[in-house]
Amino acid sequence: MPNLIIDGKQVEVPAGTTIIQAADKLGIDIPRYCYHPALPVSGNCRICMVEVEKQPKLQIACYTPVTDGMVVRTNSPKVLEVRKTILEFLLVNHPVDCPVCDQAGECKLQDYYMEHGQYDSRLGDVKVKKEKKAFAIGPTVMLDQERCILCTRCVRFADNITETHEFGVFSRGDHSQLDVYPGRQLDNNYSGNVVDICPVGALTDTDFRFKCRVWYLAKTKSVCPGCSMGCNITVEWDKMRPHQHKKARVMRLKPRHNPDVNDYWICDKGRYNYRFIDENRIQHPQHNNDIISWDQAIDTIVSVLKPLKDSKRMDRVGALPSASLTNEDLFIIRKLFTDTLKGARVDFKVPEKPGDTDAFLIKADKNPNRAGALKILPSDMDAAQIVQKATQGEIDLLYVFGHDLVKLFGKETVQQIAKSVKLFVFQGSNVNETCSFAHLNLPSSVYAEKEGTFTNCQGRVQRIWPAFMPLAESKGDWEIVSMLSAKLGSPCAYKNSQEIFDSIAATIPAFFEMNYEKISDRGMVLKAPEF
Amino acid sequence: MEKIVTRHFGLGNSHRLESYLKDNGYQAARKALTQMTGLQVIDEVKKSNLRGLGGAGFPTGTKWSFIPQANPKPKYLVINGDEGEPGTFKDKYIFELDPHALLEGIIITCYAIGSHKAYIYIRGEYIKSLERVQAAVDEAYKANYLGKGIMGTGFDIDVVVHPGAGAYICGEETALLESLEGKKGFPRLKPPFPAVVGLFGCPTVINNVETIACVPPIINKGAEWYAKLGSEKNGGNRLFCVSGHVNKPGVYELPNGTTLREIIYEHAGGIPNGRKLKAVIPGGISAPILTPDQLDVKMDFDSLKSIGSMAGSGGIIVMDDTTDMVWAAMVAARFFAHESCGQCSPCREGSGWVYRNIKRLYHGHARPHDLKNLPGIVNNIGGNTICAFGDAVTMSVGSYVTKFRSEFEAKVNKEYAESHH
Repeated sequence: MPNLIIDGKQVEVPAGTTIIQAADKLGIDIPRYCYHPALPVSGNCRICMVEVEKQPKLQIACYTPVTDGMVVRTNSPKVLEVRKTILEFLLVNHPVDCPVCDQAGECKLQDYYMEHGQYDSRLGDVKVKKEKKAFAIGPTVMLDQERCILCTRCVRFADNITETHEFGVFSRGDHSQLDVYPGRQLDNNYSGNVVDICPVGALTDTDFRFKCRVWYLAKTKSVCPGCSMGCNITVEWDKMRPHQHKKARVMRLKPRHNPDVNDYWICDKGRYNYRFIDENRIQHPQHNNDIISWDQAIDTIVSVLKPLKDSKRMDRVGALPSASLTNEDLFIIRKLFTDTLKGARVDFKVPEKPGDTDAFLIKADKNPNRAGALKILPSDMDAAQIVQKATQGEIDLLYVFGHDLVKLFGKETVQQIAKSVKLFVFQGSNVNETCSFAHLNLPSSVYAEKEGTFTNCQGRVQRIWPAFMPLAESKGDWEIVSMLSAKLGSPCAYKNSQEIFDSIAATIPAFFEMNYEKISDRGMVLKAPEF
Repeated sequence: MEKIVTRHFGLGNSHRLESYLKDNGYQAARKALTQMTGLQVIDEVKKSNLRGLGGAGFPTGTKWSFIPQANPKPKYLVINGDEGEPGTFKDKYIFELDPHALLEGIIITCYAIGSHKAYIYIRGEYIKSLERVQAAVDEAYKANYLGKGIMGTGFDIDVVVHPGAGAYICGEETALLESLEGKKGFPRLKPPFPAVVGLFGCPTVINNVETIACVPPIINKGAEWYAKLGSEKNGGNRLFCVSGHVNKPGVYELPNGTTLREIIYEHAGGIPNGRKLKAVIPGGISAPILTPDQLDVKMDFDSLKSIGSMAGSGGIIVMDDTTDMVWAAMVAARFFAHESCGQCSPCREGSGWVYRNIKRLYHGHARPHDLKNLPGIVNNIGGNTICAFGDAVTMSVGSYVTKFRSEFEAKVNKEYAESHH
């Protein structure tokens, strides 16, 4: 393996590694526009030029392979001078309209100018006018040609990642313009990613534009709950001024790099699937038409459950947990419904129609945690049968976690359930049609308000972190179930989700030896045989 | 003096196969294919000191020897006939007046490098060249000089004529390959060089038209004969395209190493109307400009390099003392701004910036600091780009500013105070 020295630091890397990759490994940040680790090298921006000993000319770090004994300087006077030069060229025809640019604050032209530019303008000429500004090239992305530095990251993304080939660079010289091909639109399942990889304000997100200046955003690591792929994301939310956005906290979702799952990408469905966090939430516990307190709500359930427990008629208890809950939520549900209330009818496998799918990141199973649910709540029951029994008066308490039974079984069935069971409990984060039939609605928190883990379709256990407090009176699912357990005389005694996870790891073989620290940012795969 | 490449020019119907055959046509190819191995051909060409006449001057035989023979992929020969360098119009004459000399050279070269397919990439504006070369290819196929088992030897070769689409950059060999593959003409990052990864990812030799037209005579008459014609390390003759302020503009075949003075004053008839020479571009617009005191330079690759210019494409542009050098620089800069492919940032943005700067200067709208900044801006392009185009902008435009500084200074608008900027 070649051994080289970059800025005095020694590093050993596999043959074929480029200088920029070796520098990244050392934590030495070489400026870059066109280089992106997930895309083929283009070498067009020229800002990554470094000095290589014994080479007369500076070399581009993104393309030059390392050799044994190579000595590289990324901050020599010659290198710093060329960086300035390249920045100056890139800004010759750039409008510098930062005050009205949505990219301001996360723009690499701004960043590198402050870091490496800081020259006085020498430009005395009129800039080249380009055609399209604030131009929708598709339903989700806006193009601004004069801000574009023609790094071709988006072109290479569409050519190599989605293979949809929407983009091209048209014309020549300083009249070159990025555009979609005539008659084409940028409208594929992954369009939004081009905004993330655009280093400047040329491609902006129609959904996010002008909603919030990026420096107001707080960022919380999370996992997309939209399907069983479990793409790693960052929830970006306005911590100071939610009043600016009709109280909405979340402003956008961004992909978070995980080479084992989604690499640098997320699908558009996942990207724009955040409004439910702030909209249409169940805010308070509600019994029929009355807003009640949590104590009253728990007491209402206990008043039905206690007699059934005492008379050992657990078969008259039905629970429909969800594969969209975290492993921790499911474990507490298991504690209550399969241990404390042994004999209750429990199954999360409601008959859902498979959703859209593709060969890349979008999975037909729209639950983020089916693999976890199968391990934590294995059941030989059938959710559809439980529902049928509920319509036939064979169940007194039906406890539904988030499922929209109206969508799954039809309105008439749900009406029949409401008539036949003594207590129909719906616990969920958002209002759906089933809520209007449930006797008791319990507000639970959404994933962005939770700490916990999801297990994706690869069997990879991945952490989510709470961005902010649960909205209004909502609570975490496991906390609600814990309250109920305690009232039934079987307290769970977990202070936080980490303790629950440790208990999962100690109880369920597939999770053996896992803990939050080990799972970290990249996740950990369930133990064999299944995974 | 013995003519080589132009030996058939002026003979009637020199572009026709029957005329070409009258002068031992295709005998060199027959000799190579029947009496020599590929390696012997390469050695002969190496010994002849034939160098790439497109402008880079790379030793031709050496270039051929870079083709990895163990590579199982097909090998290609590509003829660069995208003659776009301003001041250059020599390949056009070969296309139109002796296309079979080119085809015979192609056969020999393909045999030497183990290729069975050659592409002739011809500048799109060269309509007559395209017609003549295609007609010659058709004739050669009919007479079995091209196709399967040519001349009864069992050697197969196909030749495709491909028109360019009007971009100067497609004369850069890797941009040409991209264009030939149907893509936008953007130069490739190097390495790998075309000899290893060229057309369609296969080993490829790219040679200029004139270079390949020299190959049959070398095989016929031997390397030593050819090497003796030129100067040391630069064998044979060269086609010099003389244009601008001369009495007899045109293409002149002269030995490498002939002095620039001799070419201008003896062959091209000197400067018209008794005026004086002010500047000469010796090798196409990319070559740094020369002044009258440099006229005794020998016109070969090494001599021109030693005085800071280059032999380039052999395009000699002569300017007399009526020429406004700021205007000349502006024309050169406009060309570069117009033809920069736009792939990499220094050249894309820099070439236009330099042009607009000089344009303002020429029109009397420049402030003193504009001239002060100009050399720096020009210098920042070269050395920082993917291909040699950026270097050409720096060397060419830079040379006007350096050598004719006083003319540039005279154009600065003195009414703009320094404080104005």
